[in-house]
Amino acid sequence: MATAAAHHEEHPGGLTRWLFTTNHKDIGTLYLWFAFIMFFVGGAMAMVIRAELFQPGMQMVEPHFFNQMTTVHALVMIFGGVMPAFVGLANWQIPMMIGAPDMALPRMNNWSFWLLPPAATLLIMSLFMPGGGPAAGWTIYPPLSTQGGMGMDFAILTIHMLGFSSILGSMNIIATILNMRAPGMTLMKMPLFVWTWLITAFLLLAAIPVLAGAVTMLLTDRHFGTSFFDAAGGGDPVMFQHVFWFFGHPEVYILVLPAFGVFSQIIPTFARKPLFGYSSMVFATATIAFLSFIVWAHHMYTVGMPMAGELFFMYSTMLIAVPTGVKVFNWIATMWRGSMTFETPMLYAIAGVFLFTIGGLSGLMLAITPADFQYHDTYFVVAHFHYVIFAGSVLALMGAAYFWLPKWTGHMYNERLGKLHFWLTTISFNVTFFPQHFLGLAGMPRRIPDYALQFTEFNQISSIGAFVLGLSQLLFLYIVVQTIKGGKQATDRVWEGAEGLEWTVPSPAPYHTFATAPQVK
Amino acid sequence: MSAAKGSYYLPDPSPWPVVTSVGLFFLALGFIFLINSVDGGQWLMLAGVLTIVYMMIRWFGQVIRESEGGAYDDQVDRSFRWSMSWFIFSEIMFFAAFFGALFYARQFAGPWLDNTELLWPGFDFNWPSAGPEGPAAATPSTPPAGPNQFSPMGAWGIPAINTAILLSSGFTVTMAHWGIQKDNRGQLVTWLFLTIVLAIVFVGLQAYEYVHAYTELGLTLGTGIYGATFFMLTGFHGFHVTVGTIMLSVILGRSIKGHFTSGHHFGFEGVAWYWHFVDVVWLGLFIFVYWL
Ligand code: HEM
Ligand SMILES: [Cu+2]
Repeated sequence: MATAAAHHEEHPGGLTRWLFTTNHKDIGTLYLWFAFIMFFVGGAMAMVIRAELFQPGMQMVEPHFFNQMTTVHALVMIFGGVMPAFVGLANWQIPMMIGAPDMALPRMNNWSFWLLPPAATLLIMSLFMPGGGPAAGWTIYPPLSTQGGMGMDFAILTIHMLGFSSILGSMNIIATILNMRAPGMTLMKMPLFVWTWLITAFLLLAAIPVLAGAVTMLLTDRHFGTSFFDAAGGGDPVMFQHVFWFFGHPEVYILVLPAFGVFSQIIPTFARKPLFGYSSMVFATATIAFLSFIVWAHHMYTVGMPMAGELFFMYSTMLIAVPTGVKVFNWIATMWRGSMTFETPMLYAIAGVFLFTIGGLSGLMLAITPADFQYHDTYFVVAHFHYVIFAGSVLALMGAAYFWLPKWTGHMYNERLGKLHFWLTTISFNVTFFPQHFLGLAGMPRRIPDYALQFTEFNQISSIGAFVLGLSQLLFLYIVVQTIKGGKQATDRVWEGAEGLEWTVPSPAPYHTFATAPQVK
Repeated sequence: MSAAKGSYYLPDPSPWPVVTSVGLFFLALGFIFLINSVDGGQWLMLAGVLTIVYMMIRWFGQVIRESEGGAYDDQVDRSFRWSMSWFIFSEIMFFAAFFGALFYARQFAGPWLDNTELLWPGFDFNWPSAGPEGPAAATPSTPPAGPNQFSPMGAWGIPAINTAILLSSGFTVTMAHWGIQKDNRGQLVTWLFLTIVLAIVFVGLQAYEYVHAYTELGLTLGTGIYGATFFMLTGFHGFHVTVGTIMLSVILGRSIKGHFTSGHHFGFEGVAWYWHFVDVVWLGLFIFVYWL
């Protein structure tokens, strides 16, 4: 064993550093850049969708290609963008926040990341195959998904690989949190971001294998003669929906719980007050996780379920609003009478909480079975899930980037540009998605490339908002690159109100942070 | 070895994860090509498999050397334990998806098909069923009389024997574990060897049963929902038993070479946990797939 000091910053240079790395910070960086690239790929597809929908009638693309765009856009954004981005944050932050030298299983950590690029390659390749990419929507319901060309097989194998990556990543995160905490860092002292990731990792381990099972049955129905989803053989296409949504609803909380963790780190920092109701936050998160497994059929109200099912899933779904409400109230109470300042991360956190709440309220509307008969598969649902996923998860990711970039790079980002990016993003987000509520209520169906004349104005507003939203992200890329390259030297603490172990180490954080565990009081 | 100060073992950069991913990519791509009759699929798959096998020998070999070299302290050991437990949990959820499909088909989908007169009037749903357009079910485990018939798999022949075999193997692997705990290598090796023999007999009987089903009972993967759930559940289980048998064999080889001590043998325990897991899944299969 070489001397400690000599080993500290040692790593191979060039490409091999990134290919072979076992360092949580390198791997975190890889995850974050991968997600960033995927956001642009998925964003480009969204631009195609909005361009086609700018006017009624068929403008730019074939309907079949339009369907591929809605399908692959969602798959790329969920599995390639939001999920890897949060795993990137987990890699960077969790070891620093709990005072660990690295993730528990560093080689497996590297593998979890390096499963992603081949999987993404498969998904993108599918678009160029005969018959095109998957076009059955990201929910890949049979019988549509049991028909069609090999693009669907590409999607299925992609899902398997991405899912495996998530499973390995979650095992690692749980082992790290349960086994690598510094002395004195009891569970109920952990930063909330760590807590939310612990629970998210559990959700992933319980939900992802079920998705793997669902797509495996799809694959055998497609190629090996099984009849899981074919009534002629005694199967049932609706069964796929049950299995899929048993995964699918926990999945939406997988996307948003780490965002709740980010809000819970940022808001106390800039309100200069400890998080209000820490333990109630932990229990609310755990409650949400539990409930998320018994609400899945709220996605299937119109499929023809027995009345008892409709009622059960309606009430269980509405129950989720309670722990979610607890969280929102806690964030507001944290800000109450705080000495607040509004740096970019705080702006993102406040906007994230506020806009996410709008999405939660539209969710509550959708939860009401008889009302959902009207809203289901309309743009109202599209508006709902963009308010929760974009405003909840993606705004949290952007806020997290501004919050921790100084710690990662050692440089402050440009505050003026950051604020400009914030306002461009949030305003154009609302311009894009708020009108979609009206479109949905008026009956415009989702996933259709054409629409009736009366929907034109709102669609045009929405498309213009989308183009601005897409272009604004180039500014984000510019800011990030600029911060990496230079900028005002960041202090160790970075933010005046920052609390936690990661703020006690230098900025940029050294390659190996806590070789010897700190003592937490 | 690069443990920057602290005692926790942090491995050096490693090429094996990336190599694995490249192998998996070719395996997946080749598989897609194969099932879509695109030329060359099988060669891509072969390249992928060879890459993965090579990686496993190198990567696991390195882990074994590190372990025997004393690199893993108790804390590292605990990391392995947590992650292995949660991995097994995820495997349970994978099987849960197929069990869920079985329950759903039997409890909901079938009766609904029976009750509606819209598509297949006159269809009576009785489990085992291959659906309204599938072949009809004949007496279990006896070759069916007519052409459009299949015979489901009865519980009390080979499956019951296999249940006894797997339960005994759970016992033998525990005996082997007690052997290593007492530092009694003879006991470890003997009982481990017996476990592997039982495992191989189990897989052999399963293979025999499959051939029987395909050639004589008219029961295939395509035999409606019964055939689908039957082969999917038993097939994935059989695959897991096979993987478990390979893992047990590696552990046996290591035991013979003198690896493991009474206080440090997670390699053994992880495999034993995995073995108990396939055991428990089998009990579920025996009850819900074969018996009820
Ligand atoms: C108060 C909490 C929430 C409630 C009551 C709720 C309720 C619902 C309901 C009933 C639907 C089905 C609408 C339909 O298809 O007719 C739905 C769809 C959806 N929700 Fe939520 N939701 C909530 C929070 C969330 C969160 C936090 C996320 C993600 C971060 C999310 C993501 C989605 C997505 C992606 C869909 C659409 C899936 C699809 O069909 O493609 N929801 N929600
Ligand atoms: Cu849901």
